[in-house]
Amino acid sequence: MIGFLIQRILQALMVVIAMSIIVFLGVYAIGNPIDVMIDPASDQALREALIQRYGFDRPLFEQYFIFMNNMLHGDLGESFIYRLPVLNLILSRLPATLELALTAMLIATFLGIPLGLWAGYKPDSLSAKAIMGFSVLGFSVPSFWVGLLLIMVFAVELGWLPSGGRGPTTEVLGMNLSITSLEGWSYILLPAFNLALFKLGLLIRLTRAGTVEVMSSDYVRFARAQGLSESKVVGLHVLKNISIPIVTVFGLELGSTLAFAVVTETVFNWPGMGKLIIDSITVLDRPVMVAYLILVVFLFVMINLVVDLIYGQLDPRIRVKAAS
Amino acid sequence: MSDAVLRVNNLQTQFQTRAGALKAVDGVSFEVGRGRILGLVGESGSGKSVTGYSILGLIEPPGKIAGGEVLLNGKDITRLRGDAMRQVRGAQIAMVFQDPMMTLNPVLKIGTQMIAAVRAHDRVSRKAARARARDALAKVGIPSPDERLEAYPHQLSGGMRQRVAIAIALLHNPAVIIADEPTTALDVSIQGQILAEVRRLADETGTAFVWVTHDLAVVSSLADDICVMYAGRVVESGPADDVIASPRHPYTAGLLASVPAEHEPGTKLPQVPGSTPSLANLPQGCAFAPRCAKAGPACTTTPPVQHFEDGRTALCHYPIEPVSCQPLSLTSTTYRSAS
Repeated sequence: MIGFLIQRILQALMVVIAMSIIVFLGVYAIGNPIDVMIDPASDQALREALIQRYGFDRPLFEQYFIFMNNMLHGDLGESFIYRLPVLNLILSRLPATLELALTAMLIATFLGIPLGLWAGYKPDSLSAKAIMGFSVLGFSVPSFWVGLLLIMVFAVELGWLPSGGRGPTTEVLGMNLSITSLEGWSYILLPAFNLALFKLGLLIRLTRAGTVEVMSSDYVRFARAQGLSESKVVGLHVLKNISIPIVTVFGLELGSTLAFAVVTETVFNWPGMGKLIIDSITVLDRPVMVAYLILVVFLFVMINLVVDLIYGQLDPRIRVKAAS
Repeated sequence: MSDAVLRVNNLQTQFQTRAGALKAVDGVSFEVGRGRILGLVGESGSGKSVTGYSILGLIEPPGKIAGGEVLLNGKDITRLRGDAMRQVRGAQIAMVFQDPMMTLNPVLKIGTQMIAAVRAHDRVSRKAARARARDALAKVGIPSPDERLEAYPHQLSGGMRQRVAIAIALLHNPAVIIADEPTTALDVSIQGQILAEVRRLADETGTAFVWVTHDLAVVSSLADDICVMYAGRVVESGPADDVIASPRHPYTAGLLASVPAEHEPGTKLPQVPGSTPSLANLPQGCAFAPRCAKAGPACTTTPPVQHFEDGRTALCHYPIEPVSCQPLSLTSTTYRSAS
């Protein structure tokens, strides 16, 4: 187990290093940010001074090593625009995205898995077909359009929920959260549901496919022959067997939701990381872009690591392979 | 036999298809007494497994039991629905499946699965259920049962897994266990051990077994009685020794002749010509007639059930005359009790 963990952490480290090079090169290829930031009327001397100050005159590999060295010391640079340490900037936006993403994932999970189980348990029923039809809509209708529709219906026509923004927050463990108050919930509900829709469709289909397969297996038949109740058959035998693909997709989706909730955050004017990165790209705020992308890589790697560890818990056969 | 624990009367199981209703089981009748083992023999597609599933009410749509009765201690269980049927399954009639690699859930410990099986019928504590699971494992001859409860199925061999499956079937001391080719997937030495174990369990616990198999050698060494099935019908039945020594139905005779064990090495092995007919396209009258050497003009009409001495039956117009030579043996071992 420990060996497996060390091996995985080393792998993760390699991925982060490889990605940091790719990101750094990619951003470097965009061009010299000084030309964008500087007043076009300023003279060559000021331009040279700035280039030297930010180190853009040094060779690429040297710039990279300075960047990596700083990163290892917890310094990801300073935003050109906000004049703030990038890390603080991103971390100040993280709670908003975190609570939005987690709420969306919870909605998707607690609706998607039961609906998928039902659709797989009674695949020929009318309700199952309705659920499957809904799931197709869930991941094929563009989310910005659904978001606008939700605002139209629930904020404009019905006036039940606010149309955007984050609402009041309270500080919990150093993070500003809005899910601590009822009013905060009224703000998060629409964007979270909008964000959940795609994952909901995905989880329904995934759960259904697994359930259909497991329901026809010999061990389910054997469990029924033992006189196990249907709820026990589904709860004990089916759920654990279908959980591996579900955990995989859950992990990937959690990562991508955290990193790329951009569309929903834009539609609902949610002050999260997605909006920050889009704003930074439009003004070529290079340190923010680089730091954000590296943070995203780190996030994915960590989530996958956790997913791998959960696999072992779910399927004893994987545990044996990992140990040997 | 009036002390039959399980009596199947004219059981009909059909599958609705676009081509019409397929009669997978067409009027099957048999009975099993306490502690007896009935061998239900037939080729693939003869309806023997479907008979087993029908008894337990485990036929899934589009299949359904279209008629007949399954009397468990005199009570018809085909009419039971939902929870009433669930309470019969596992508690009064249990089942063991063909492939031990597939019948245990790979991601749950043996103990978890057995405890769930105990608690499906008895409201007992986890600890008590565990103790019963351990005792059941010990009863089927599994060494160090406590450790096995903590094991996952993939950590056990095929034979060991089948013993676990039998132990699960035995948990509630059922009146009947239906075993659907449980030794087919195992190698011969393991098969022998399991057959011996089953015979001992039947004698000791009084559990009746319906042993579904295509293997006549297994049946001849294990079963007290035999039912031979062909195309959904019982074509011959009777005490195992008598049927094997002197088959009355041409199909049984053909099956017996094609068992290598009693055959002179070096000569061509006789076989039953042709293959089992499709249920969608059964011949008129006797379903076996097209493959039968003895078929005559009467065979286009449904054959009658002929009754012979010792409670034997054959579904045939031209049954084979009994032979009076000494009983032949398909295997050198027998697991049958001395009685």
